Amino acid sequence: MLASIDTSMIDWARAQFALTAMYHWLFVPLTLGLAVVMGTMETIYVISGNEFWKRTAKFWMKLFGINFAIGVATGIILEFQFGTNWSNYSWFVGDIFGAPLAIEGVLAFFMEATFIAVMFFGWGKVSKKAHLASTWLTGLGATISAWWILVANAWMQYPVGMEFNPDTMRNEMVDFFAVAFSPMAIVKFFHTVLSSWMLGATFVIGVSAWYLLKNREKEFALASIKVASCVGLFGAAVTFLTGDLSAYQVAKVQPMKLATFEGLQQGGNGVGLKIVEGVEIPKALSFMATRDIDGFVPGINDLMEGGYALPDGTTALSVDEKIQRGKIAITALGNYRKAKTEKNEEQAAIEMATLQENMPYFGYGYIKDKSTLVPNVSIMFWAFRIMVGLGSFLVLTYIVMLYRTWRKKHDNAPVWLNYLLLWSIPVAYITSQAGWIVAEVGRQPWTIQDLLPVNAAISKVSTGSVQTTFFIFLIMFGVLALAEVGIMINAVKKGPADVK
Amino acid sequence: MELTYEFLQHYWWFLVSLLGALLVFLLFVQGGNSLLFTLGKTDLERTMLINSTGRKWEFTFTTLVTFGGAFFASFPLFYSTSFGGAYWVWMIILFTFVLQAVSYEFQSKLGNLLGKKTYQGFLILNGVVGPILLGAAVATFFNGSNFVVDKGNLTDDFMPVISHWANGSLGFDAFLDPWNYVLGLAVFFLARILGGLYFINNIDFPELVARCRRQVLTDTVPFLIFFLAFVAHVLLKKGIALDPATNLFVEVEYKYLQNFLDMPAVLVLFLVGVVLVLFGVLKSIFSKIFVRGIWFAGVGTVLTVLALFLVAGYNNTSYYPSAYDIQSSLTIANSSSSYFTLKAMAYVSLIIPFVLAYIYFAWRAIDKKSITIEEMKSDDHVY
Repeated sequence: MLASIDTSMIDWARAQFALTAMYHWLFVPLTLGLAVVMGTMETIYVISGNEFWKRTAKFWMKLFGINFAIGVATGIILEFQFGTNWSNYSWFVGDIFGAPLAIEGVLAFFMEATFIAVMFFGWGKVSKKAHLASTWLTGLGATISAWWILVANAWMQYPVGMEFNPDTMRNEMVDFFAVAFSPMAIVKFFHTVLSSWMLGATFVIGVSAWYLLKNREKEFALASIKVASCVGLFGAAVTFLTGDLSAYQVAKVQPMKLATFEGLQQGGNGVGLKIVEGVEIPKALSFMATRDIDGFVPGINDLMEGGYALPDGTTALSVDEKIQRGKIAITALGNYRKAKTEKNEEQAAIEMATLQENMPYFGYGYIKDKSTLVPNVSIMFWAFRIMVGLGSFLVLTYIVMLYRTWRKKHDNAPVWLNYLLLWSIPVAYITSQAGWIVAEVGRQPWTIQDLLPVNAAISKVSTGSVQTTFFIFLIMFGVLALAEVGIMINAVKKGPADVK
Repeated sequence: MELTYEFLQHYWWFLVSLLGALLVFLLFVQGGNSLLFTLGKTDLERTMLINSTGRKWEFTFTTLVTFGGAFFASFPLFYSTSFGGAYWVWMIILFTFVLQAVSYEFQSKLGNLLGKKTYQGFLILNGVVGPILLGAAVATFFNGSNFVVDKGNLTDDFMPVISHWANGSLGFDAFLDPWNYVLGLAVFFLARILGGLYFINNIDFPELVARCRRQVLTDTVPFLIFFLAFVAHVLLKKGIALDPATNLFVEVEYKYLQNFLDMPAVLVLFLVGVVLVLFGVLKSIFSKIFVRGIWFAGVGTVLTVLALFLVAGYNNTSYYPSAYDIQSSLTIANSSSSYFTLKAMAYVSLIIPFVLAYIYFAWRAIDKKSITIEEMKSDDHVY
């Protein structure tokens, strides 16, 4: 029977993954950011012995707890989805991709689960220092978890340390350290985690600003703003530095992503960086992408048509040529298996050589419509600008608030400023989500860059089932989000005075 | 010692089995929650019960996630075949665990939208459905599933998916085999027994503890019926095994009984496990002061489940037999990750004793004092 992939199933599976990942990412950055803020506060308490800092730390821990549970709950959905909706992917790269997930469980999740219990229930049961260590270990567990899942994500964007094995029909790991410490993983980790510190800091500043607006908890609010501004500013410095490094890496390994977030149809030398359409910084994109102000940056058309000189001196292939070579690779793989079954080793060796020669383009062989190789330019262009623009605004708030709290100028702050800080909370979330949109929409259609497009990565399940689970998730997420926000608002309204 | 591929496959099956066994023990959280309204007659009693399991639920959840992650990493073909095939079984398990994870933190908080009873309902839902479905999913390791694996599909331009369910049921067909329910119900009643034993150990409130002891007895009877029935079924049934001579799968009479006899150490594990469970349960029922039943029954559960996983996967047995196409069946050899990956992860696994050590110390520090009414009234992180 002839069967083919139902394309609407692919879209629903993608929508479900996007929904779950973005929802999960509403809670994770606050966990990572608040962990540092409350850890710092408890450290001050342990050093100074001042009960004020204990109460302050405990209040933020309370909000941390509300947020943490839903982050944990939504993380498991992603792990399941790799199997349920993306089963072919699970086999094709499970040999490499599974390891970080398993290590994440052993190294990070148990650390979080163990020490969060001590953090919440251990007051008075363990020593002050042991409690402080537990608070930091909870945050460290969350951060190590981020490391391994970002190793997995970076590997999908920049697959290294593996070889394709035609006998097992999958990619297999050959260099663990190349996977675990790939340059893209390192940059992605610092960029993602430290930007989460920014979100956590903005959350603390915003909530504190609300107390100031209500003329409540002044000492608590000002102290919290001071700590959060330090954390936010440090986070911002690393986020911007790694953001630049990230763009440089993307230019090298995912040039289509760079071209789309710049809306660069036609590339060239000495290309400027657009602020918005019509306003640009001369030569800045060339410098960002190549570290040379006159460097060549390929545009979407160049990437589709090829023909330009690559940094290694070779000429870039067109997409048509890549698709052709991908098809040759897939055919050679089929022939190799046939030859092996017939025990024709000579023929198998010939097919193997053909396969290896064309393997870098293997995934292109599954591409049916070459226009799918260009991610949505409008989404990419604006997501990038929202990320950088709003991120810069957040940096400004940390600088201003650090100065104002340090110089004790915020005691009688103008109302508009506190409102601005309060409304910075949704701004931080939008910034954070925009960052993931750039990273993930920008790599479409690849689940594994150049190796496995979405249409070859999925499960053979009915579209109706994936649709049904999508809507179940949507309703569940919507209700839980409303509950979470309701509980948060109530906890904030009660305030730190409620903390024993 | 040289780490052969075969050794690593056995080593990783052992680790995955151990995680599965620990998961079944930690289902005392679910079992305990399923008894929330049976045992807790007042709000305060229910608060104590929820706070008792609430300090442990993350271990169960984390073990489930790590069990999944370790299975994915070491036997990815199972992951892609079972999750992508028995779609709805896994999805329903997932939904109930997601709802459970938020329910502790949300149930007693102001502004929680759905009200306390709804979140407690989610805890009970997960407490009932979670163990039954996880048990039913494990039962398919013995009873088989309807799937096909053909790696050659990867070269099919139009349908490159290598494994899929052979019928359109998306896993619902697992519910047609009564033996899957039998193990599911055995796991459910075991989880309730363990939940009761855990409360006896963890809560300092005599009336509630006395009720737990009676409840343990009530759950032990159906547990023994379902468990012994499933064990008898497994010992008498055919298994699917790989014939090393032909490299083909064949049906073997009394395969699991034979596995126990071929691997006496596993048989000893199994028998010691069953004895420990029975000792922990019976002494807790008949003694009014014995509170350590959870440890005997817990260790016994781990040993018994570990032994069942080992007879399912060792000795050339197919741990995931295909009822539709016998040659698609999965063994630890044909579904595992590469030698390199198993070896790299084996080194990482050496850290597990340290993880267990800090869990032990943290658990002890938190459980030094049993949960009391006073603590429920004074602590500022009461669920």
